[in-house]
Amino acid sequence: MIGFILARLGKSAAILVAIVALNFLLIHAAPGDPAAVMAGEAGASDEKFLAQLRTQFGLDKSLPEQMALYMKGVLTLDLGYSYRQQMPVADLIFSRLPATLLLTFSAFAISLVLGTLAGVLASARVGSWADTLISTAALIFYATPLFWVALMAVILFSVTLDWLPGFGYETVGAGYTGLRRVLDIAEHLILPALTLGLFFMAVYMRMTRASMLEVRGLDFVKTARAKGLAPRTILWRHVFRNAMLPIVTLAGLQAGQLVGGAVLTETVFAWPGIGRLMFEALAQRDYNLLLGIFFISAAMVLLFNLITDVAYRVVDPRIRAS
Amino acid sequence: MLKRLMPVAAALLLSTAAYAQKPGGRANVVIQPEPPGLMVGIIQNGPTQMVAGNIYEGLLRYDPQLKPLPQLAKSWTISDDGLTYTFKLQSGVKWHDGKPFSSADVVFSANVFLRETHARLRASLAYVDTITAPDAETVVFKLKQPFGPFIGIFEVGTMPMVPKHIYEGTDFKANPANNTPIGTGPFKFKEWVKGSHILLVKNTDYYEPGKPLLDEIYWHVIPDAAARSVAYETGKVDILPGGSIENFDVGRVSKLKNTCSTDKGWEFFGPHSWLWLNNRQGPTADKRFRQAVMHAMDRKFALDALWNGFGKVAGSPVSSSTKFFTDKVKAYDYDPAKAKALLKEMGYKGETVRLLPLPYGETWQRWAEAVKQNLIDVGIKVEMVSTDVAGWNQKVADWDYDMAFTYLYQYGDPALGVSRNYVSSNIAKGSPWNNVEGYSNPAVDDLFAKGAATAKADERQDAYTKVQQILTEDVPVAWLLELGFPTIHRCSIKNLVTTGIGVNDGFKDAWIEN
Repeated sequence: MIGFILARLGKSAAILVAIVALNFLLIHAAPGDPAAVMAGEAGASDEKFLAQLRTQFGLDKSLPEQMALYMKGVLTLDLGYSYRQQMPVADLIFSRLPATLLLTFSAFAISLVLGTLAGVLASARVGSWADTLISTAALIFYATPLFWVALMAVILFSVTLDWLPGFGYETVGAGYTGLRRVLDIAEHLILPALTLGLFFMAVYMRMTRASMLEVRGLDFVKTARAKGLAPRTILWRHVFRNAMLPIVTLAGLQAGQLVGGAVLTETVFAWPGIGRLMFEALAQRDYNLLLGIFFISAAMVLLFNLITDVAYRVVDPRIRAS
Repeated sequence: MLKRLMPVAAALLLSTAAYAQKPGGRANVVIQPEPPGLMVGIIQNGPTQMVAGNIYEGLLRYDPQLKPLPQLAKSWTISDDGLTYTFKLQSGVKWHDGKPFSSADVVFSANVFLRETHARLRASLAYVDTITAPDAETVVFKLKQPFGPFIGIFEVGTMPMVPKHIYEGTDFKANPANNTPIGTGPFKFKEWVKGSHILLVKNTDYYEPGKPLLDEIYWHVIPDAAARSVAYETGKVDILPGGSIENFDVGRVSKLKNTCSTDKGWEFFGPHSWLWLNNRQGPTADKRFRQAVMHAMDRKFALDALWNGFGKVAGSPVSSSTKFFTDKVKAYDYDPAKAKALLKEMGYKGETVRLLPLPYGETWQRWAEAVKQNLIDVGIKVEMVSTDVAGWNQKVADWDYDMAFTYLYQYGDPALGVSRNYVSSNIAKGSPWNNVEGYSNPAVDDLFAKGAATAKADERQDAYTKVQQILTEDVPVAWLLELGFPTIHRCSIKNLVTTGIGVNDGFKDAWIEN
């Protein structure tokens, strides 16, 4: 197992370097550069102004030179400096990371637990009204655009009913501390986490239901039933355990998006996280910041792929053997 | 006797006025997009100016008619030859770190710091010979030649005063103090949680007695336009500066309870919108085509349907709130028949023109679609090119377009904000804000030069009237609207917009009634 993990880590590092190089080239292929954007926003500029900015940002060097400098920085874990925000990229990312992780992990937990449970329930009573209800709901959540759900949730729960805050991470300027602050943040978390979780909840539900139905028809389940085991035991110990593999795969996919997958939700709910930082960095052509976020996101994807593969081996002894 | 009573009466009046204005309270304001920094001497974009207008100050501010008002300068004189401007500074002004503000700071700001960092001011400072400080409270600007708009360049966004003791001898752009800005303004920087909010607090040592009235200002960063409307509706914010929410929401939101809106406070900026028309190539190089575009567009429709009636149809390259505007120019009514006739006369053969919308949100997208429809109606073939802000900047700056939406500020004077888009010396690739259309006319160059090079108002008016007449005949660009950006706020917030610079001028007079 250790050998497997080490080998995979080595491969991952190589892939990461390739991703960084590719990202660098792709970003520089987009039209415009950060100096032009900043000059544009100032509403006035002359050649001196642009030249100053380009020198300051290091854009006066040739592209291969810039790339060599950047790669050297990344290899020493230095993600560079965001000239636009006047802060080191690493500081910017780590100041925004907690908010994003709180949001995405909450959404992850909600969607995994509720989605799987709903899927098991629906499969256990195929064709019943509960199954129809759950399947229809899942289809709707699956097909509805995220930002629309978000806006509707805000209008209903925040504007009309006034139950929950519609945007932000906490009540700004309220000066809450301790438990009161935790509750305040939790209140702000509900709408964005649910919105973000809905889509994956639907996916888990459909996946679980299909997988459960497939496994239920296999011979070993018939054997278990013939042995006279309780239906509950069959459902959870035999069917569910064997139906878990696709869920683990999907969970691994979703976990890979924990850092960069909440752009829309963060924008609509003004959640001060990484996704928004990335979107703004893209619009402003803040190269270093954008590359830094891509780097962290790519590292997360690779890490969770590895974790998923390890989880396969824990869940399914057949994979361990091969 | 009467004479002796007068001051008493005046004092009484003043004291009742002061009594009515209640100090205290918090202003919650939307800021969009999040500014890249708050050091207004280095960064001059809109959001930075809006927040930093509370932290920093200029020597002067300007009323809605653009007449100068005292700020850090309490009085000023201009010599008869228009070459010497002498400013007397306020006494007892302190920087937010407690150090005294003096004429040395003014000389440093104008002569050293801003010359290095401020592209727009640098152009005006080219007329300045020397800036000196005969004593701690006096500053003298001596000009090489008369420069008409000179008295108009002292507001906080154009010439902000920066602290010499912090910046002298440092690399201005890399100075760590940029993250904790220090000015002389009515509010001090307290906290900036990136992605969430900026907090400014009352400057208790402010030199104007009784000001500011508010205790603190929270600027909320809310990236989605619909969420900004919701933030106002749910009471999280109380002030939506112009342009904060989409125009189609403006009507609804301004009808909410206890809600006031005003389109004042933009007179100094005079935001003027137009279509760049590439004068170098294609059908847009023909004057008749450009005139046809003017007649083809239903600008009144755009004003009423897309901009809620805020603003005006632009009649000239100069905004009607800018000095030396004239309406004695060729007028272009919505007249598709005339447009068709002009196109026929020039022999337009249906070449496709590329139209570049301004990627600033939904309103601009819809406007581009409306204009496209207008142009199609008169037989012009239009292809819409979509891009983001950075791409738009590059395409316009590299002259890679046929028609492109834009809007620019005029800064109160044709010499500051109008001539730059029409004089031939300002044709240069690399900037989206100069003479991008490539229009070149020696008569126009001469008239703009004449208008700038004198301080006599009648001579200036004469030159600018002529130049507006020539330009409206030649149509180097197709003027659209003088934009109106209504500021929406709770009616209980008083004195929010008091000058021609509006919310960008700081909230020192604002107070909350309850």
